[in-house]
Amino acid sequence: MLELQNVCFEAEGKQILRDISLTLEDRFVAVTGPNGGGKSTLAKIIMGIDRPTSGRILFDGTDITDLSISERANLGISYAFQQPVRFKGLRVQDLLKLASKKDNTVTDACSVLSEVGLCARDYMNRELNSTLSGGELKRIEIAMVLARGTKLSIFDEPEAGIDLWSFQNLIHVFENMYERIRGSILIISHQERILNMADKILYIKDGALAAYGAKDQILPQLLQNQENSPCKVLTDKLADGKKEVPAV
Amino acid sequence: MKEMNAYEKALLHEVAELDALPVGAYNIRANGASAARNTTAHIDIVTKTDKPGIDILIKPGTVNESVHIPVIISESGLKENVYNDFYIGENCDVTIIAGCGIHNCGSGDSQHDGIHSFYVGENSKVRYVEKHYGEGEGRGKRLMNPTTVVHLGKNAHMEMETTQIAGIDDTLRKTTADLAEGSSLVVHDKIMTTGDQHAVAEFNADLNGEGSSCNIISRSVAKESSKQEYISRINGNAPCSGHTECDAIIMDQGCVLASPQLTANHVDASLIHEAAIGKIAGEQLMKLMTLGLNEKEAEEQIINGFLK
Repeated sequence: MLELQNVCFEAEGKQILRDISLTLEDRFVAVTGPNGGGKSTLAKIIMGIDRPTSGRILFDGTDITDLSISERANLGISYAFQQPVRFKGLRVQDLLKLASKKDNTVTDACSVLSEVGLCARDYMNRELNSTLSGGELKRIEIAMVLARGTKLSIFDEPEAGIDLWSFQNLIHVFENMYERIRGSILIISHQERILNMADKILYIKDGALAAYGAKDQILPQLLQNQENSPCKVLTDKLADGKKEVPAV
Repeated sequence: MKEMNAYEKALLHEVAELDALPVGAYNIRANGASAARNTTAHIDIVTKTDKPGIDILIKPGTVNESVHIPVIISESGLKENVYNDFYIGENCDVTIIAGCGIHNCGSGDSQHDGIHSFYVGENSKVRYVEKHYGEGEGRGKRLMNPTTVVHLGKNAHMEMETTQIAGIDDTLRKTTADLAEGSSLVVHDKIMTTGDQHAVAEFNADLNGEGSSCNIISRSVAKESSKQEYISRINGNAPCSGHTECDAIIMDQGCVLASPQLTANHVDASLIHEAAIGKIAGEQLMKLMTLGLNEKEAEEQIINGFLK
């Protein structure tokens, strides 16, 4: 469905994505890897927010490399931002209307908002301004993608900025989504529970595709690699920390 | 009522959302003369004898009633100065809908300067809605200079919604208010200018009584090479609270000057001002584009929402 051919991206003289080639066909693919490794850039390149320096992107066989964000959106790609955008004056129902391209009744809005644990009656008329909490905005952001129901839905770290309790609910959102969504999900995440839901895992490090394969194959490797901590200061501190834990 | 032409009917719809004569008291002024009037048992409308305009007399205890006083001008070159005074008794709860529409297809400038004074009695609540609108292809300018003077009695409350969305070439809006003990004033001002239009809004509120409060909120959009000035002064002369906020979007070569000013003359006066001017945030456009809108459509949605 989605194919990346030798995609490179350079910004301010820095190589951010290096020669990434992959084909995405599964229903649920999780993208993971260290911070600053290029995961969000990859998502933005697929949505058209960033343009690759070289390489091609194909969606359902069509070359979309030179298409705008809007054109890609209309072909069937959706993107939930890591940092949801606030709009003074635009209400939840206005954005749901734009997302679904129809006037939403309370029942329509309810079916989408309840998926993300929000009550339509309480939220339909709320403005997307600073009166909404980060967690609420995040859910609305996800609801907008659900309302579109496109072939490909990209979520950039949906867990970021959400408290632990909300996160538990969010996991259910994605579990339900896996069952109900008609298209495919590409989700950037660091959470083991989300990675565990995936059909495939894409591991990106230093802008390159370090590993890509079935979850059962990749996840155990990643969890094992966590033990090999990155620098000596950190490993020493972690080791000290372990020593100081009093025996129970 | 004299039969209105299509332009006049459209203007009336724009400024007062009226497609037929309203319920309650009204006075419709068309091209410098009263075109229709209705009074009720509690609301009287009397033509002034010393100058153009009307006195609107609302009896104490009048609740859930409304007054419509729209003005329309479709004759090119007509200039008028109109004085409307509202005397609102005690314990009232009323809605007043004013507004002015100018259709100028000629070469002369058309101008309406309305001076509205409100005397709001103790414990009364007033909602005041005012829309300004201009249209027409003529070279003649469409000009409006509204002045609003508000005197709020003890524990009175007034909410003003003033809107100027399109078609006025030059405007100077002056609003002054004095507030007695326990009274409150809320102003929502919305304005959009285009072309080489120029708009100035000046607010001045004197918080004289203990426990009085005011909140003046302005949202504006300046497109193309239009210019706007927003000056808002709050004077805290007693234990009181005041807040003024100007939020502006500029586009193209638009220019906005925001000047909120606070004077605290009493140690328990709590006053706050905020002003923000900027272009539409790139990420807002981007978000709407990921929903399938093109850049222009995204821009329209953001501005419509902002000015709603």
